[in-house]
Amino acid sequence: MTTNEIHERLRAQFGDAVGPLSEPKVDPFATVQAARIVEVCRWLKDTPGVEIDFCEDLTAVDWPKRNAIEIVYHLFSYKHRHGIVLKVEADRAKPVVPTLEGVWKAANWMEREVYDLFGVTFSGHPDLRRVMLPDDWVGHPLRKDYQEAGGFHGIPNLRENPLVELRRLDEVRLAEEAKRNPPPPPPAPAAPKAPAAAPPAASGGGAPPAPQNPPPAPKA
Amino acid sequence: MSKLVLRRIDRNNEEMLVNFGPQHPSTHGVLNFLVETDGEVMRRAIPDIGYLHRSLEKIGEIVGYPGYMPYTDRIDYLAAMFANEGYAIAVEKLIKVEVPKRAQYLRAISCELNRIASHLVSIGTMATDIGAVTPLVYALREREAINDLIEALCGARLTYNYHRIGGVAFDMPEGWRDKVLHFLERFESLIQEWDRLITWNEIYLKRLGGVAVITREQAIDYGLVGPNLRGSGVDWDVRRDVPYGAYPDFKFDVPVGRGWAGTVGDAFDRYYVRVLEMAQSCRIARQALEKLPDGETMAKVPRRIKPEAGEVMSRVESARGELAYYVVSDGTERAYRVRARTGSFLAMGIIEDISSGLMIADLIALIASLDVVAPETDR
Repeated sequence: MTTNEIHERLRAQFGDAVGPLSEPKVDPFATVQAARIVEVCRWLKDTPGVEIDFCEDLTAVDWPKRNAIEIVYHLFSYKHRHGIVLKVEADRAKPVVPTLEGVWKAANWMEREVYDLFGVTFSGHPDLRRVMLPDDWVGHPLRKDYQEAGGFHGIPNLRENPLVELRRLDEVRLAEEAKRNPPPPPPAPAAPKAPAAAPPAASGGGAPPAPQNPPPAPKA
Repeated sequence: MSKLVLRRIDRNNEEMLVNFGPQHPSTHGVLNFLVETDGEVMRRAIPDIGYLHRSLEKIGEIVGYPGYMPYTDRIDYLAAMFANEGYAIAVEKLIKVEVPKRAQYLRAISCELNRIASHLVSIGTMATDIGAVTPLVYALREREAINDLIEALCGARLTYNYHRIGGVAFDMPEGWRDKVLHFLERFESLIQEWDRLITWNEIYLKRLGGVAVITREQAIDYGLVGPNLRGSGVDWDVRRDVPYGAYPDFKFDVPVGRGWAGTVGDAFDRYYVRVLEMAQSCRIARQALEKLPDGETMAKVPRRIKPEAGEVMSRVESARGELAYYVVSDGTERAYRVRARTGSFLAMGIIEDISSGLMIADLIALIASLDVVAPETDR
């Protein structure tokens, strides 16, 4: 079955709870009402001829402009080799979506990940704990407005640019060297001047650069 | 996790709560299991991951499309080619670029070599975990040879950064083809040697046969992918069934668990599927080298990659199974969302349910046979 056919059957079964198939540039998807997502997915899994047995991916996308978090389900059937992408929108301030753990076990850990990184609560989930971050972490990093707290239990996550410190060490070293070998008195200024004058003469007098310059000028 | 530990200890019963890891050698990286055990038999093992979490998905939103490629290497350091390839394919789909044939073949060759290297580590460390130390040395010897080949190709031995959006970074160097063919010839005979060395060893068979059985239904339900799924008897390979790149041009078999040591879907099936897959990878690499077309290795890709708004999913068959990238673009030069769905993460999800009733020593066989790699679970 193609995605369109699955979608038509879904529309026939659930009516307006399943939104129209999008026409984006690449992969189409359909938006489903959050309250009916479990019902829809159970139907997709159990209906003969559809039998979507693999919850391939379950993730979220944060859209602060629309004040919504989209939960994205990539579903696939090993038996019939077809699939569909469903989306559910949740309110950003208090996102709650029913869990699909009862339909596909694979959803268990992926929902924990979304809970951890996006702060979406999956109602009815048996084991909703953070999975990547420590239990007492503040905030949900994959939200667009996430601000780093500047450390965790007194361990800073910011440090000075190492180049700044290296430059400081260089300056200290140079100052010490200068102290150890003070610059030679009067004759010195005269001596550096001669070599300083020589390099410009050498580079300016170098024949190759000079002829190279004129040709571009006429072209321009 | 700390609260969980205290609650369990307060119960004052016969059970013991043991921390397994995070530095245990058989956890293959940094991950922790809270093992609830009654003597040698486990009630359950609760995986605790996140030690290597580097927020790679967030980084994908911060750097531009081409700039994310080196970061994908870090998703799975044992099989970085696939992470490269999956991301490249996703972005190519977004900007609608056709990859030149030669680049596709080079991708296939580099990926298959990488698959062999990754499986060698997997089966070698598995033998070590079970108690046979010698095979790992043989496996690593061969892996070194592959590392040398890949180093000659792209200059890196671990984090390759070889694939590019629209092709590959370099054409193969002079004489490389013969070197690879020479290696493949030697390696194919070594797979048989490997079988004599460890596969049909009596102790090894008894240690793995019938242990930690994952049925076909469980494997699909828990979302296992790749060799773990095929070990449970599901005949599915992304390279064959949802072909991408140059794979439609090659002939190869997909090994499926047959219950060689007793039960379909036990630890031995997952192990032996990997051994057989290495032979198939050799076949694919040989065919690709023989058919390698001439031409460009990079498509014409705009300097500033700025796809239209939209979203895309790409799938590749990584050494650890189907690796899926979900990339959302909002029409700017940076991805709005990058998501890598990795095989190891879902494989961790099944451990808590499968481990109930296993011996502690068999937990090691279970982890090793699932071939979880910590950076891939944590990302």
